[in-house]
This record gives sequence, C-alpha cells and structure tokens, in this order.
Amino acid sequence: MNYFEVFDLPVSFDIDTDTIAERYRDLQRVVHPDKYVNAPDRERRLAMEKATQVNEAFQTLKNPLSRGLYLLQLQGIETHDNHTAMDSEFLMQQMEYREELVEIKQLSHPFDALNAFLNRIEREQKQLNDTLSQQFAQNDYQSAHDNLRKCQFLIRLHEEALSLEEELNNGEL
Amino acid sequence: MPLLQISEPGKSAAPHQHNLAAGIDLGTTNSLVASIRSGIAETFPDIEGHHLLPSIVHYSEMAITKVRDDEIIVGNAAKSFANQDPLNTIASVKRLLGRGLKDIKTLGTRLPYEFVENEGQGMPMIRTVAGLKSPVQVSADILKVLKKRAEKTLGGELTGVVITVPAYFDDAQRQATKDAATLADLNVLRLLNEPTAAAVAYGLDKGASGIHAIYDLGGGTFDISILRLHHGVFEVMATAGDSALGGDDIDRVIAQWIMQQAHIANDAEHHQIRELLDVARTAKETLSTQNTAPLNIKLDNGIQWQGELTHSQFHELIDPLIQKTISPCRRALRDARLTVADINEVVMVGGTTRMPRVREKVGDFFQRPPHIDIDPDKVVAIGAAIQADILAGNKPDDDMLLLDVIPLSLGIETMGGLVEKIIPRNTTIPVAKTQEFTTFKDGQTAMAIHVVQGEREIVLDCRSLARFELRGIPPMVAASARIRVTFQVDADGLLSVSATEETTGVHSEITVKPSYGLQDTDIERMLRDSLEHVQKDVATRTLREQQVEADRVINALRAALKADGHHLLKHHEFLEISAALDELLRVKEGNHVQAIKRAIEHLDEITQSYAQRRMDTAIHHAMTGHRIDEFTQEN
Repeated sequence: MNYFEVFDLPVSFDIDTDTIAERYRDLQRVVHPDKYVNAPDRERRLAMEKATQVNEAFQTLKNPLSRGLYLLQLQGIETHDNHTAMDSEFLMQQMEYREELVEIKQLSHPFDALNAFLNRIEREQKQLNDTLSQQFAQNDYQSAHDNLRKCQFLIRLHEEALSLEEELNNGEL
Repeated sequence: MPLLQISEPGKSAAPHQHNLAAGIDLGTTNSLVASIRSGIAETFPDIEGHHLLPSIVHYSEMAITKVRDDEIIVGNAAKSFANQDPLNTIASVKRLLGRGLKDIKTLGTRLPYEFVENEGQGMPMIRTVAGLKSPVQVSADILKVLKKRAEKTLGGELTGVVITVPAYFDDAQRQATKDAATLADLNVLRLLNEPTAAAVAYGLDKGASGIHAIYDLGGGTFDISILRLHHGVFEVMATAGDSALGGDDIDRVIAQWIMQQAHIANDAEHHQIRELLDVARTAKETLSTQNTAPLNIKLDNGIQWQGELTHSQFHELIDPLIQKTISPCRRALRDARLTVADINEVVMVGGTTRMPRVREKVGDFFQRPPHIDIDPDKVVAIGAAIQADILAGNKPDDDMLLLDVIPLSLGIETMGGLVEKIIPRNTTIPVAKTQEFTTFKDGQTAMAIHVVQGEREIVLDCRSLARFELRGIPPMVAASARIRVTFQVDADGLLSVSATEETTGVHSEITVKPSYGLQDTDIERMLRDSLEHVQKDVATRTLREQQVEADRVINALRAALKADGHHLLKHHEFLEISAALDELLRVKEGNHVQAIKRAIEHLDEITQSYAQRRMDTAIHHAMTGHRIDEFTQEN
C-alpha cells in the first residue's frame, strides 16, 4: 500500500492539506497504541506498527519536498543520488543569497533586512511549489526532480536564515 | 467527526468493571496523585489535608538494617530534616534522574549530597546512612507514598498509572522514570508529557479548540509545547525546553546574592546552603505580593545577618533566567512553522508561573495575557488522571487522542565524531526509521553503533544514549555488507534499536538501556529485595500476574468475538479459538503458572491473523467514511 492509498487519496502532487489531516486523525483514532493499552501483546505491537506507518505516511505527504521525492520514488526514480548538475544561474543566485545573509548579520539593525530576506525566500518556495505542481501534472519527472533539488537548497537557506534570527534574538538579552 | 460506538441491541457491553487508575505528577519540588471519582478528576490529599507531597526523602539509620518503607520518611515530615541532616535528606531528585555525575556537576548546582560513582555504570549514587541510593530508588520511594495514598483513597489496588515527565526529558530520563515506577510496583500505562497533560486538563475542561501554547515552568524543568486542539485530538506541533531550569535556579541566584551581601564564603557548609535556599524561597514568595522581602540569617559564626531584597533588585536577578525560557518559545514556534499571531491561547503550568514577573514576561512575548485559571500545581496531575482513566478502559466511548512528539533529535555517531540525524526532533511518535550502514574495512566482522540524542553536530555535544555492537558480520570486502538499523520510538517516547545484516540475515535486537540507567537485572534484584522485605510471596505474585494477563486476554478476545467474530472468522477458526479460550479459562482457575502462560501463548498464536483482520477492517471503515464503528475497541 503506498502512502496515498493509506489516506485513500489519488497519487498526485496536489493534495488537500485539510482532507489529509482529517483522515490522518481518523486513522490514528483507530490504530494509535493508546487504544490498545489493555490488549494482548501482539495487538499492542500491531497497533504500534500501524500507527508508525500512518505517521510516516503523513509526514511524507504533508511536506511538499518529501511528497515530491516520494512521487519520484513511486516512478522508480532514484532520489538519493548525489548528482547535482544544477543550472549555473540558480547556483549563482544561491551564492548571492548566502553572501547577503552574511552581510545582514553585520548590520547594526539586522531584523528588518532579515525579515525581508525570509519573505523573499518564502515567495520563491511558493513559486517553486506551483511549478512543481504543473510539472507533476504533466508527468515531467526530470524537470520536477531538478526543481526538488532547488527546493532542498531553498529549505536549507531558509533554515540558516532562521538560525541567524534565533542567534540574533538570543544575543539580545 | 467523532466515531460513534453502538453495541448490538440486548448485547450491550458487559456491565463495565471500573479499573482503578491514577495520574501521577512526579515533580522536582512537589509530587501529586489524582484520579477520577464519580466523573470528577481530583487530586488526593494526605491525612492532614495536604495535596502536594514535597518531593523530599529522608533516610535514617533505622533504615540500614531493615529497609522497610515506613522507615523512609517522605514529604513534609522529611522537609524538617532538610536543614539538620542534609546529607541524608534528598530533595529535587528529579534533577538527577537519568543523568551522569558529569551532567550533574555541569548543572551548575551545588548539591548538598555526597555522590559516589557507581562501578561499571555511569549512574551516580548518593551516600546516605541507609546505604547508597540511586536517583531511581529515591524517586521510587516518593512514588510508593503516592501509590499508597491513592489506593487508600480509592479503596483498592491500582491497575495502572499515567506518570508525567517534562516534554523535554530525553530517553535516559524517561527510562529512569519508568524504572522508578517499576521499582515502586506500579503498572505504567503511559508516560505522558507534562504540557500535554496540562492541555488535556485545560482543553477538556473548556472544550477548547485552536492552537495553544503551554508554558510549563516547574521547580527544576522548563517546557514549552505548541498544541493544536481539534475535536478531542491533541496534536503536539512542537516542543522545546530546558530540562535543567526552574524555580530552584531562581532560589539559587537569590541565595548566591545573599551570600555576596552577607560575605559568606563560597565553601559554606551544606546545612548553611540549605538554609539560605529556604530563605531565598521565602523571599521569592514574599515578593509576589510585597514590594520588599526582609532577610534574616544566622551565620555559622553565630552572627545574625539582616538584609532586604527589593523588587527591582529581585527582577535584576531573575530576569536573565526568565529570558532563558523565551528562546525555547521562539524555537518551538519556528519548528511548528507558526508565529506569535497564530497562538489562540497561552496556558501557564507549574508552581514557578505563580510569580507575577514570569506571567508579565511571558504575556509580553506572546502578546496576550496567559491563562492561570486552573491551579498550576495541580493541572498536570489532573490531566494525567483523565488519560489514565481512559487508558485503563473506563471510558470505551471516549474520543480523546493524544499525538505527541519526540522532543530531541536522535542520531548516531559517524566518522570523525559527527552526528548523523536519524529522527529529527518534533516528529510525531510512534516513529521508526531505518538506516543502512556498511563496513569500512575488508573482513570487518563487527560494528559499533553509538546512539546519541540532541541537536548539535558533534557527538561530544550531544547526550550519549547507548553504545552497542553488531557482531557476526560475515567477512566481506569493505563496503559490501549491508546493515539495516531500525530505530523505533514508542508512544512513551522510549527508544529501541534493532539491526540486521541483509546478506546473511544476522539480527540483533537491543533495548536501549541508557548509559546512566539501571540494568534490567538491577531492577529485578531491587524489586525482589523490596518484596522480600515486605514478606510478600514472590510465587504468589507471579501467579497473580499471569492471572491478570489471562483476564486481559480473555476480556479482549470475548469483546472482539462478540463484535465481529462471526463476520471475520470462518466457522472452524471460530471453533478453534473458542476451544483455546475455554482452555485458558480452565487453567486460569488453577495455580499452575506455566500452564496459564502456555495457554495465553497458544491463544495469542492462533488469533494472530484475526487480530490483523480486525485492525485492517477498522482501518478500512475509518477510511471509507463508515461513521458507525461496530468494531468495539478492546478495553
């Protein structure tokens, strides 16, 4: 049973997050180990296995990056490759972003700049998701794969920006 | 949409046996026990009417020869010994639970006890006149008092308890808590995170929905949890905290300030430190309502020192500590991908949130006044009691579901002392992840795996949970063995690890026994010792345990057969299971432990596929929109 089938959803990059969240809760109400505390050992183990699977399926589908990679895996495409022939324009852009982050750190009032930076990254992520949605709809897995790699870059960048924010906040005691 | 449970007409579930269950809040400063009586969750007082049991244990010389429970003094009575006999009076033991001596020293705590490194294992022992005591034993002594209190109040033996732990407790600290319960002869239904327990008490009370931030500042631990409440489902979105920050630290900074003011040397005697901490605590409480707190201390040299602590001085001392709780709040929001504006309610839990300054600062951060309407000392125990009642099977129709997370990332050591994260923090439990490894050298036959918990990239900065070796790997060329290691975290947040070498099928199963924990054999021995001392017959106990297990299996199976046995089983399967059930019923009445055990195992074996079918059918019904669940859950 693939993760989409777990929630009785069609295999697609576009999913309704409310629907999947509701089905996730309905399933956990049935399989969660708390419902089997007084059951014999075997049923308790079974419940833990099922609840683990449901959690894994939900985690994977909830997030666009892992959902996209999972869709590729369902197509038999190897996603753990280290082949990173990214287009040079994108890589240049990433380097510039990183330099910008270093500059923001040195500003005397970094918060507004950092916030604007985060907003820009989030906008890019949103655009990338829209593109991915189209590419998956057209079964253009090669392009989707390239864009998912870009997605990983952006997520890492976003995390770095958030860590910087935390660092700056904590420095402000 | 709640699932409705409807039993067949005329076949309503057998008059429900009420299982006695309790919720226990094993706190740093105080502990409580609560249960549901006549539908109301309440904490139980001792004979003198005190609900809070100070988490203090005093060991006396009387306890050397015969370690009997009534010679170990716990609670208010032990408190009076704290100053006169500090070495034998253990307070705030929760801060030591599941920790190594090195951790304890870096807690920044000057503890007035004598620690002894336990040979062979990292767990520190405290030297008392009644012998060496581990933090697990001291905690068990507190639990025993609460158990007795609950059983006396409820008038019967407890079938199970829910014990709360700080959400930010790591695997070692959780395991130590569970070990303490085992030593106290308690059946743990679930370890529940304190903020989640508070949310249950609070949420169910108010029928609340939306996103809640639970700010829990206790005596020695701090947690922040962000939860989404949705029709009885409590989904923890993120949790963060500091398992070594609490009211105790506030007392300590005040005490240190007094030491400076009164020119008390840093190497003051244990009892002087204890006394200063008491003075500090009183001053802290006074300053919740007054503008200044008078200080009056009798120094060791006989001189009476007098001073005063003002509001502004007090704030200057404690603000940095309160500020230390704000960055975890930020991190939790970030992990939940939320901002302050998304939070619907802020709930305060823990005795330390009584301080107006804490409420003010937390209110400032979340931009809304926090809720303080349930007694912050009792709310955790009450939430635990509500869940215990449900887990014990007293409310088969209840729809409540708690979905909790792992608070700290789990990882393993890789080349160069770096950490490879296997399960990131804030992943919903239960969770399992499998990772594949390979050999580094030609002919390598063993592999050491080091499991750590924490967020840092370097092994030394994380908490070491366990080390184990996978042996018997067939000699192969480097990098050709394929070893799959599975990390499973159960609903209590406890880790187990199993490993298999793929090409040969060599398998090893490891229950992670934390580096600073007790070994299973230690627990067994201690349990046996304590049972021998209370002169209970071990054999009788084993028989009783098997009979209870038999009853559990029988009740679960009967309920299942009644609900769907005829739909899901072929005629011959039904007959076979019925015969095995009759056999178990027969041997259960006897006193042959092995026979009961075998009958249970047999029944378990032949119902395996039935259990699987029932689970699949229940899942199918949940997914295809059948809102009437005719498959009664086991209780």
